[in-house]
Amino acid sequence: MKKIIIAGLFFVLSAPVFASSGAPLMHANNDLHDKASLQNGAKLFVNNCLSCHSAKYMRFNRMGRDLGMTKEQVAENLMFTTDKVVNTMDIAMKPDDAARWFGVLPPDLSVIARARGTDWLYTYFMSFYEDKARPFGVNNLLFKDVGMPHVLMDLQGKQVLIKDENGHEELKLAEAGTMGEEEFSNAMRDLVNFLEYLGEPIKTTRQAMGYKVILFLLVLFVFAYLLKKEYWKDIH
Amino acid sequence: MMNMLVNLLGWVDDRFPLTKMWKEHLSEYYAPKNFNFWYFFGSLALLVLVIQIISGIWLTMSYKPDAVMAFGSVEYIMRDVDMGWLIRYIHSTGASAFFIVVYLHMFRGMMYGSYKKPRELIWVFGMLIYLCLMAEAFLGYLLPWGQMSYWGAQVIVNLFAAVPFGIGEPLSEWIRGDYVISDVTLNRFFAFHVIAVPFALAGLVVAHILALHEVGSNNPDGVEIKKNKGPDGKPLDGIPFHPYYTVKDIVGVVVFLIIFALILFFAPEGFGYFMEAPNFEPANPLKTPDHIAPVWYFTPFYAILRAVPSIAGSAFPGVVVMFASVLILFLLPWMDRSPVKSIRYRGASFKILLFLFVIDFFVLGFLGTKPTTELYKLMAQIGTIYYFVYFFALMILPSFEKTKPVPERVTG
Repeated sequence: MKKIIIAGLFFVLSAPVFASSGAPLMHANNDLHDKASLQNGAKLFVNNCLSCHSAKYMRFNRMGRDLGMTKEQVAENLMFTTDKVVNTMDIAMKPDDAARWFGVLPPDLSVIARARGTDWLYTYFMSFYEDKARPFGVNNLLFKDVGMPHVLMDLQGKQVLIKDENGHEELKLAEAGTMGEEEFSNAMRDLVNFLEYLGEPIKTTRQAMGYKVILFLLVLFVFAYLLKKEYWKDIH
Repeated sequence: MMNMLVNLLGWVDDRFPLTKMWKEHLSEYYAPKNFNFWYFFGSLALLVLVIQIISGIWLTMSYKPDAVMAFGSVEYIMRDVDMGWLIRYIHSTGASAFFIVVYLHMFRGMMYGSYKKPRELIWVFGMLIYLCLMAEAFLGYLLPWGQMSYWGAQVIVNLFAAVPFGIGEPLSEWIRGDYVISDVTLNRFFAFHVIAVPFALAGLVVAHILALHEVGSNNPDGVEIKKNKGPDGKPLDGIPFHPYYTVKDIVGVVVFLIIFALILFFAPEGFGYFMEAPNFEPANPLKTPDHIAPVWYFTPFYAILRAVPSIAGSAFPGVVVMFASVLILFLLPWMDRSPVKSIRYRGASFKILLFLFVIDFFVLGFLGTKPTTELYKLMAQIGTIYYFVYFFALMILPSFEKTKPVPERVTG
């Protein structure tokens, strides 16, 4: 009996929430070395995402250090959820409330860029459109019937879905937001950039270290090869 | 000073065969002088084993085998532990490197007939190592407690549930310790991953090497170098493993490390093959991923599993065929009846068979990563049939294979 209940739960709960469609992805073209972009992304993130979504594996002080900000700058501009700079990016919203409000728990975003990929995230942010049938009045072309409201609608404006006779779907800006179209797409690039950083804060350091390690190994190879040649010169 | 060291060595040698072992396994172990590229992978496998054990010890210091904390503890290692990210990537890259090296090592054996008399036991020990390695990789993949960890384990453990006669269900529950993969499962997988299997692995590696050094190494010509000894009793075509092959293997190690570092520092996810993207989502028992694919090194066998049609709604036949596809490798020394060892002196028929087997293994591996379609399923079925045909063809091959004469001495 227990097994039947568990199996039933699987079936019922897994079906509607996670359906997603496979629209072609746009390219994020973000640059992890662009500190200004990362800082802007961080600002967008804490202002718009970090009240429903946590990033519970990321510490504020680490972020400040990596993004080239002082502790004071971090505390003043980015820390609205805690007063300790060593704390992680947690949120106050209770999971039960979240599930009731959105129908699904907003996922932690610490490693979302590694799970979804940057192009997916960028496309997702660009693909909200007006849909009166949905609880928050919006839908998403990439993530059909998504539970999340279009938090950035004020910035982007209102997009509508236009279908031509071939069934081809396209999004068009119907009502301008406070940002221009290009300004908004750049802002989303910065946000995705920050999310990629958030997914793996060590990434740029890792690559920089990689060049040194490989350079060392190449030098070592020369010596190892010469040593081998020396020993083997009388083996025929 | 030197005198003191010599005396110390003498003191030890009176109580422990240190010098004797050094000579037996290194300085007076005579290996054929004609080893080629394919002979790097034995020592590299040993290197990767050491890398995995050492990086694994350090990971254990910060990892928490607990369904609530496991995913977070891995991120803690990636972010807050000094050099934790490096240790973790070494271990995750090492897992895939282990299989790459071992597959190449096994292929070497198949090319040069290294499993043939008198080296059957070396091959059997090697196969046991391979089995342990598969178990080790499977158990370890659950530990990050991501979506693929969870659902991959769910799928594999459910294979045991396919056993008929009312045995399957209780068997799979016994393995999981629960009705689904849970905290209990994670804890026991951790125990097996960090102590039980590595312990067996280390023992088997010692047995593998002891058996090798008892009979001596094969070589690309498949000639027994012990048949041609000089007046001093040393094989004419043999050279001491140390220093000749130690210095040569160091070159191999450095080249291997360059490739290893390229992946580790620039593509640790291995383009989604070494670390799968869905595994960056925490395990969620209520959300089945759209497509569950095992890590690349299991995909050939996964393709075989899925290729076999179920009988009366039971997936058991697929499970049997999949296990058979691994176990049949154990029989290789007795199924390959040709007296000629090396591919260099075997007929075209053998070369074609082996070449197709390699292609087949790659194709099956590719198919195992993809969702099944009608075409893919048919391809996997053909691939599965050929996989087994290879072994049975080897049994009858000697009756019409045109082999070349094997030289008396190695050809360099």
